[in-house]
Amino acid sequence: MSGSGGASNPMRVADLGRIDRTRTLSFTFNGTRYSGFEGDTLASALLANGVRLVGRSFRYHRRRGIVTAGAEEPNALVQLGTGARTEPNLRAPQIPLYDGLVASSQNCWPSVDFDIGAINETLSRLLPAGFHHKTFMWPTSGWLTCERFIRRAAGLGHAPAEPDPDRYAHRHAHCDVLVCGAGPAGLAAALAASRAGARVILADEGSEVGGSLLGERAQVNRNDAIRWVQEVVTELKSAPGVRVLMRSQVAAIWDHGMATVVEQIGSGAPVPTHLPRQRLWKIRAREIVIATGAIERSIAFGDNDLPGVMLAASARTYLNRHGVQPGRRAVVFTNNDSAYHAALDLHRSGVEVAAIIDVRPEPSGSAFDAAIAAGIKVHAGHGVLRALGGTTVRAALVAPVDVSGRAASDARGTAFPVEGDVLLVSGGWNPAVHLWSQARGKLKFDEALATFVPDPANRPPAHVRCAGSAAGAMQLVDCVVQGLAAGRAAASDAGLRHSPTISAPMVERETTCPLLPVWQVDYPEACRYKRFLDLQNDVTVADVELAVRKGYRSVEHMMCHTALGAGTNQGRLPNISGLAILAGAIDTPIPQVGTTTFQPPYTPVTLGAIAGPETGLALDPTRRTAMDGWHAANGAVFVNTGLWRRAQFYRQGRERDLEAVNREVRAVRNGVGLVDISTLGRIDLQGRDCAGFLQRIYINDFATLAIGRCRHGVMLREDGMVFDDGTVTRLGERHYLMTTTTENASAVMSRLEYLLQVEWPDLDVYLTSVTEHWAAMALAGPCSRAVLEKVADIDVSDAALPYMAYRECRLAGVPARVFRISFSGERAYEINVPAGHGRATWEAMMAAGQPERLTAYGTDAMDVMRIEKGHFVVGPEANGRATPGDLGLHRMIRKEGDFIGRRSLSKPGLAAEDRPQMVGLVPVHAREPIPRGSMLVVEPRQVTPYPMEGFVASACFSPTIGCAIALALVERGRLRKGQRLWAMSPLMRMSVEVEVVDPVFFDPAGARLRG
Amino acid sequence: MLLIQCPFCGPRDQVEFSYGGDAGVPRPADPAALSDDKWNAWLNERDNPAGEHDELWQHSMGCRRWIGVRRNTLSHEVVSSWALQPAKTA
Repeated sequence: MSGSGGASNPMRVADLGRIDRTRTLSFTFNGTRYSGFEGDTLASALLANGVRLVGRSFRYHRRRGIVTAGAEEPNALVQLGTGARTEPNLRAPQIPLYDGLVASSQNCWPSVDFDIGAINETLSRLLPAGFHHKTFMWPTSGWLTCERFIRRAAGLGHAPAEPDPDRYAHRHAHCDVLVCGAGPAGLAAALAASRAGARVILADEGSEVGGSLLGERAQVNRNDAIRWVQEVVTELKSAPGVRVLMRSQVAAIWDHGMATVVEQIGSGAPVPTHLPRQRLWKIRAREIVIATGAIERSIAFGDNDLPGVMLAASARTYLNRHGVQPGRRAVVFTNNDSAYHAALDLHRSGVEVAAIIDVRPEPSGSAFDAAIAAGIKVHAGHGVLRALGGTTVRAALVAPVDVSGRAASDARGTAFPVEGDVLLVSGGWNPAVHLWSQARGKLKFDEALATFVPDPANRPPAHVRCAGSAAGAMQLVDCVVQGLAAGRAAASDAGLRHSPTISAPMVERETTCPLLPVWQVDYPEACRYKRFLDLQNDVTVADVELAVRKGYRSVEHMMCHTALGAGTNQGRLPNISGLAILAGAIDTPIPQVGTTTFQPPYTPVTLGAIAGPETGLALDPTRRTAMDGWHAANGAVFVNTGLWRRAQFYRQGRERDLEAVNREVRAVRNGVGLVDISTLGRIDLQGRDCAGFLQRIYINDFATLAIGRCRHGVMLREDGMVFDDGTVTRLGERHYLMTTTTENASAVMSRLEYLLQVEWPDLDVYLTSVTEHWAAMALAGPCSRAVLEKVADIDVSDAALPYMAYRECRLAGVPARVFRISFSGERAYEINVPAGHGRATWEAMMAAGQPERLTAYGTDAMDVMRIEKGHFVVGPEANGRATPGDLGLHRMIRKEGDFIGRRSLSKPGLAAEDRPQMVGLVPVHAREPIPRGSMLVVEPRQVTPYPMEGFVASACFSPTIGCAIALALVERGRLRKGQRLWAMSPLMRMSVEVEVVDPVFFDPAGARLRG
Repeated sequence: MLLIQCPFCGPRDQVEFSYGGDAGVPRPADPAALSDDKWNAWLNERDNPAGEHDELWQHSMGCRRWIGVRRNTLSHEVVSSWALQPAKTA
């Protein structure tokens, strides 16, 4: 075999790879057009085209090439797509190639070949790891100026500036066994669980099942392993209750068998508009099998970041899966057996393998024997001191090393170059324990693998188990056997008794030679060359050693200081090596140094997938009252109150906002108005003990409330602060109707349910929320009775329906409840009709009120009128820190008996004399406004911080009074009437002199209420 | 994301519930009889155990019942759950 990929794909080999050579795909990388095939990833296509340089490093802006074939890729981070669909920080080996793909390197500016930041390389002694914690801290203005350029040069990619044009879906699913990963162990687990009758979900991030088998040339049942993979998949797909999710990464495992899986829809190209781009699965599984495989690690040597240095198994994957040769002549550097397989596959495909450099003094085993038989030269007991080459690997500098990877002091004399254009490294394997750790499973150190593996004796509380390489199995036969056992056990634990024995497929066991844990190649001149551990964050062996000298001896401190393991890589590649270097530097065994815990997600999840369809109008439901359509048709400007949309005011003609509000207020004060109050919470109470219950939750007396009468009530929290207010009407002997504020309706309901179910279960009271059963409106103004008379079928004279009375009747033919309650301070009637009759009744009222010029008014006019009347509301005045005394409600508190919050009112802090008290404010100069939220001070021309006397809670222009008015909470306010203060609003750059007055600005005697 | 066994509805996702605090601190029968210190202690002071903890939860997006839940604050395991009182019949 030989390289015969043709001019466009010079590194492609003719008869290898799981790509469709009949489907050529064209793509653009850094502005240059290339071609690849269906089945390629962006990384494999770039390698096929001979593209070596894919990015610049984060800190030093060194040239970087593709190192891995998976999620652990530290260098090939690209910005994918353009415009609104652009996405940063994607790893090229994980991006399926599609026709028309556009991507660019993100860590370089202005271009990957000419990079301004490369000067950092020259300055690198001034930019050690951790520099970002110390530099640019002072002066602040200097940092702010520099930051823009530093960020641009640091190349973190950029977020799209336009709204996301794609849709995202959420889906919930349940299963008995969730299998994470469709490699040999995962397939075996899914097969065993499925045969036991379990409902199985098998999820894998790849576009094809098989996992590591896709990149190897393994044999199962004396045949190509892919045949076995296909047999298993065929059986799984035809089994009832089995779902295979491809391009679906298990991003996280949470408590109680909950897992989130991100599924990519389609090939990665923009999806048709009827499909979501990604689907976030929320899966609740009884049992979870983690079969996520293992990640190869590197060995640190000088300039080990030169483009052309690649992990051995990744090179093998590119060859076998994508038909791409990583180079023409390979040098292989290893401390374990697995790189021999890579060397053999490359050799068979026509790549010249210059030599295998093995740090082990006496390698042996079947892979070693095969390499020798193939005529590959093996330098045992040797290490690579340094990669040689300018822009890409030209040779490896090799010398004898001892079993700790240290070269002799005369290394320079004994070293010799081995020429090759690609240097393949294997430092052993780290199980992908991320999901296990997320599920809070513990790890233990495995001496043979020199890494942390899941500790089966410390399984997580959730029902999670590991199988295959993720559990530390390094031979295919063990992966398959473990997978079968895990699937069977998971199905059994999920409650499926019937678990047939499955005979394991025939897989040959290799004879192996143990790994030699060498993490770095050390020699006297090593410090002159950078030996990278973390390529993504540019953290070197020297940086870790420096961190230790600075005193960062714990693993968390070292990682925080050097940023090792940060970024999208999240330590997949460097964590264990960094840990080993740290352990060496502080002379402590690795298990004692410990490791950090992986947190979700495994790889970044888009915000779009998390939000799913819950964006824009679908973010929250919009609650509309029965009269909403009328409001919309009559010029209403809407405002949101919680989820409700309410008419703020109704614009007539070319009125300005305030003109409309003033018109509505004057209409109510001088004639009659109608307002939609359906949004108030309404709770129906029935039972023997209602009166007693009301007595315990309100500060005022409800024992004396007669049938057919209404009363205003105030409830507190247990800490004595005002919680909510509303009215209670006694509808019958054991039947009451309570209203709450719009905002607190659900909180009050929940609180009352708590009291009845938990604290006072002996009370006979039944609660029903009836908010949405009724449409409610208030007819207010001196002419309101004249309008009501025309539509009601009962006597509504003051004798028959006095202030705070309640009657049932028919209104325009509809059964209605009429309450003579006022919030505006005018004669007023609150009218409830069944919600379905709301709009018709409203329209009938408007028609009947035409002679009286009945005017619809909104929440703004309602607010102006309640401020004129000095009524507090929950929020501005009753802000969670105000007692009834603060709000002037002290006379309302009944003398006898306990109620929620009573005990707190006598605490010293709440009974103190100098508490803030609600007062009114008017401007000293009548034409000035009072800024809402401003703070009240005695002297405006003092230095900050001002001693604060209080604050403005609510403010408006009162068309009734003819000037601005406000409600404020002022320390000892009730004793300060007539005093002048300054309302300061730095935010609005205003300071206004105000006078403290009584909070009731209009009709203090309440004569207008009674008519 | 916890899976909580509602005694009335069966196993349900945590999103259906609202947390209601420590289940072991009933409201004093006669608050007026308590000193300020005692009242403050009931009002504000709560244990924060590392381990099993009896809690109140409301199945607010379900049956609206307040229930007792014993939860391990370290492992998040829901050890048991119970109805606070026999359901009233109307």
